[in-house]
Amino acid sequence: MTPSGDEMTDMRLYRPRVSTWWWTRKRSYFVFVMRELSSVFIAWFVVYLLLFVYAVGQSEAAYRRFLGWASAPWVVGLNVVALVFVLLHTVTWFSLTPQAMDVRLDGRRVPGFHIIAGQYTGLLVVSLFVLWLVTQ
Amino acid sequence: MSDGGTGAAHDVLIVGGGAAGLRAAIAIAETDPGLDVAVVSKVYPMRSHTVSAEGGAAGVIAADDSLDEHCYDTVSGSDWLADQDAVEAFVREAPEELLQLEHWGCPWSRRPDGRVAVRAFGGMKKMRTWFAADKTGFHMLHTLFQTSLKYGEVRRYDEQFVTRLLVDDGRVHGAVAIGLASGRIRAITAKAVILCTGGCGKVFPFTTNANINTGDGMALAYRAGAPLKDMEFVQYHPTGLPFTGILITEAARAEGGWLLNKDGYRYLQDYDLGTPSLTPQLRSMELGPRDRLSQAFVHEVERGRTADSPYGPITYLDLRHLGEKLIDTKLPFVRELCLKYERIDPVHELVPVRPVVHYMMGGVSTDIDGATPVAGLYAAGETACVSINGANRLGSNSLPECLVFGARAGRAAAEYASAAGTTPSVVEAQAGDEMRRLERDLLGKGPGTESIAAIRDQMQATMEEAAGIFRTGPEMEKGAGTLAELQERVVNVGLADASRSFNTELLAALELANMLDISECILEAGRQREESRGAHQRTDFPARDDEQFLSHLLVHRGPDGSARIEPLPVTITRWPPGERVYGR
Amino acid sequence: MADSIQMRVSRFRPETDSQPHFQEYDVPLRKEWTVLDGLNHVKNEVDTTLSFRWSCRMGICGSCGMSIDGEPKLTCGTFLSDYEPGPVTIEPLANFPVIRDLVVDLSDFMAKLPRVKPWIIRPEDHSHVEPDVEYLQTPVQLDVYRQFSMCINCMLCYAACPVYGLDPDFIGPAAIALAERYDLDSRDHGKGERLDVLTAHDGVWACTFVGECTKVCPKHVDPASAIQRYKLKSALQTVKAFLLPRGAR
Repeated sequence: MTPSGDEMTDMRLYRPRVSTWWWTRKRSYFVFVMRELSSVFIAWFVVYLLLFVYAVGQSEAAYRRFLGWASAPWVVGLNVVALVFVLLHTVTWFSLTPQAMDVRLDGRRVPGFHIIAGQYTGLLVVSLFVLWLVTQ
Repeated sequence: MSDGGTGAAHDVLIVGGGAAGLRAAIAIAETDPGLDVAVVSKVYPMRSHTVSAEGGAAGVIAADDSLDEHCYDTVSGSDWLADQDAVEAFVREAPEELLQLEHWGCPWSRRPDGRVAVRAFGGMKKMRTWFAADKTGFHMLHTLFQTSLKYGEVRRYDEQFVTRLLVDDGRVHGAVAIGLASGRIRAITAKAVILCTGGCGKVFPFTTNANINTGDGMALAYRAGAPLKDMEFVQYHPTGLPFTGILITEAARAEGGWLLNKDGYRYLQDYDLGTPSLTPQLRSMELGPRDRLSQAFVHEVERGRTADSPYGPITYLDLRHLGEKLIDTKLPFVRELCLKYERIDPVHELVPVRPVVHYMMGGVSTDIDGATPVAGLYAAGETACVSINGANRLGSNSLPECLVFGARAGRAAAEYASAAGTTPSVVEAQAGDEMRRLERDLLGKGPGTESIAAIRDQMQATMEEAAGIFRTGPEMEKGAGTLAELQERVVNVGLADASRSFNTELLAALELANMLDISECILEAGRQREESRGAHQRTDFPARDDEQFLSHLLVHRGPDGSARIEPLPVTITRWPPGERVYGR
Repeated sequence: MADSIQMRVSRFRPETDSQPHFQEYDVPLRKEWTVLDGLNHVKNEVDTTLSFRWSCRMGICGSCGMSIDGEPKLTCGTFLSDYEPGPVTIEPLANFPVIRDLVVDLSDFMAKLPRVKPWIIRPEDHSHVEPDVEYLQTPVQLDVYRQFSMCINCMLCYAACPVYGLDPDFIGPAAIALAERYDLDSRDHGKGERLDVLTAHDGVWACTFVGECTKVCPKHVDPASAIQRYKLKSALQTVKAFLLPRGAR
């Protein structure tokens, strides 16, 4: 069916403009923008980890130089901020995962809670493993 | 702003975009794609009141069911006022139409084996009501609307209000409509017009109906010279929520709900509706017909056995024994509505309910193909009165009615339009007159001395008094007198809102004019029917009188604007009038 | 509970106003009154020039969406008492052009909806119905798409979506949810036909999963879920097409 319209074009509609600060107006919008921003810090951690691994792979001395650099206040500060964002990233994306998937067992939908719990469990298991690994 | 001449031309113009209107449009697009069809509606189609129907749509599919039984249930439910040839056609075509809807994607609730499920419903001896959870009308409307989008050749005029039909020499030639958003008035010529504008519950103060149900199509037809039929038959649905009037579907009773008075007693057993049992018995107790259940409520009020609420007397709907699981599967919308609007959880608490105006059995008089006596003018759905519902409609018959007669009227209008001649030029003058009337008497008038809301409130209060569940001649006389006064006062209504853009005050004024005309018809027909039948119960004439009144009453508009009544015999084919028996 | 509450209502008349302004009205505060009841009180008793859409008053027709204290809501399902002591601000739905007062222009959505082909697409022509034959669909199959079929087209999701606000070309949450509803319907064979529309730049990939649409949906349709699932589905489709060019689509 095709609307014939009411000649909307020759009417004076008021078109509200979206403010550049739209994302500060609502808490959920703000959290969303922070979540998007957190990807930058994920990228930073990846780079940091690569530098770390590279240094370890080079030599004892390179490793010590890296540690020295990493203990500079600005690097520590950056990493703290990055950690906060990575945690935000993790918590928000873990919570959103069930919405992106329709997991069914026996034709019935697996409740979101189980999917979220599954991810945290996985995170815990991997973290414990890594902890064990580095304390050897 | 208004058009000088005619705006647009089509072969068929459908007024109203609900189940009947959309079904008609699709029927025409499928049978005769070469025809130019348009649908004009004062709201976007998905807002049409079909959307709020909850319980289901009846169609014979069970192995132990038969067309004859559905016919008998419908005819006896109608207190023998239904035209039996129309009922037979309806019952035969209903399952086909519902199946067609299934093919179009309607999410009918299913049995475990994948076949469509059916449930019990009031007044039906067998389970034959198809349902989509408890949002059947919603799913049907959206299925129809979304399917209609396939047919790009059908044009739509959304949010345009038809103010007048163009008629010349007993033939319809189109309509004049005002665009709500722009205020632009245009004439739309058409060889055939199908009225599918729904009911007129808003002439009453307390109704399940939406704000839009103001009897527009009925008024348009009435003024165009097409008679209305069976206007005195107004259905009161037994279970509406007390303040809002929101519908609690009959399906709640079909699934096993009970009606209790203030003493926790299932009072329907006192009114020849059977004896109570734990599980629902078809055509018995809470599954009796709506008119009898609403009448029982009034008797309970008289006997002082109803509970008091801030909104008048109520009884209770008890769903607690159904259990949370059943309610969440079969009646989720009911639970939502009770929680939201009454702050009551039907799983644990009693739901206060009372009878509320719900449906108009009467409407534009049509034959079995939706045709009115005005050539080219058709009607279908609640706007029309074929009649398959007679003096009382059974629940779950009106949704398939929209489909069956929407399709029939569509096909009949298409056939007529294919053969119809050209539009005479005299119609342009009529259109011009209407445009000038709207400009002069409404848009250009400025504030008047009467308030639309005040007149509307008085009309509604009058109708509640005069056309309630039980009526008397003197009350209806008095009501008619008040309405006549209101008709005089309404001339002095003006508009404080001078804007052309989405002027809902103008809309309210136009709707009020329609409602006043319709109300007069309801009371006039009510006064002249001196018997009690179905939903028209008179304490001064308490018996059914087949000798004098086994006929419809047509209401014609006289040249002076008064209502003139003419009887029309009921078509009886295979079911001679008998006693309506429920619970025995 | 106080006797009354103030409603700050946005007014706009295109003939005389270049932009909206607020008008204040005091309305009775009753525990059963919704914001819609308040608006109707204004229209009937105080100011007959106020324009707004409404119909069913029970949250099923989708007409009465407006912005209440900055949040998109159905006025028929929102209670005045929740905003005590007030004032409560009522504006037209965000992200839509305003025609008048609280009435917005919905023609964009009405144009977008048919593009996603929201109807059952069958491989063969089915204009004549065989009398006994329904397409079988088990309750489990129905449940797969049921949630997405609940959309009442109220447009609250579009009002909440910042992407739609910034980029009106975005096809939007409700349209995509309806497309997914048909894709998931076991009776439909139209996945392929909808794919091109939905994977275009203004389709699912414009969504950044803000998730506000789901939060404001009065019918729990969860359009955000429909969109992300569609993204996953079409991404897998692309991978499959790449790896198995002959077997794809």
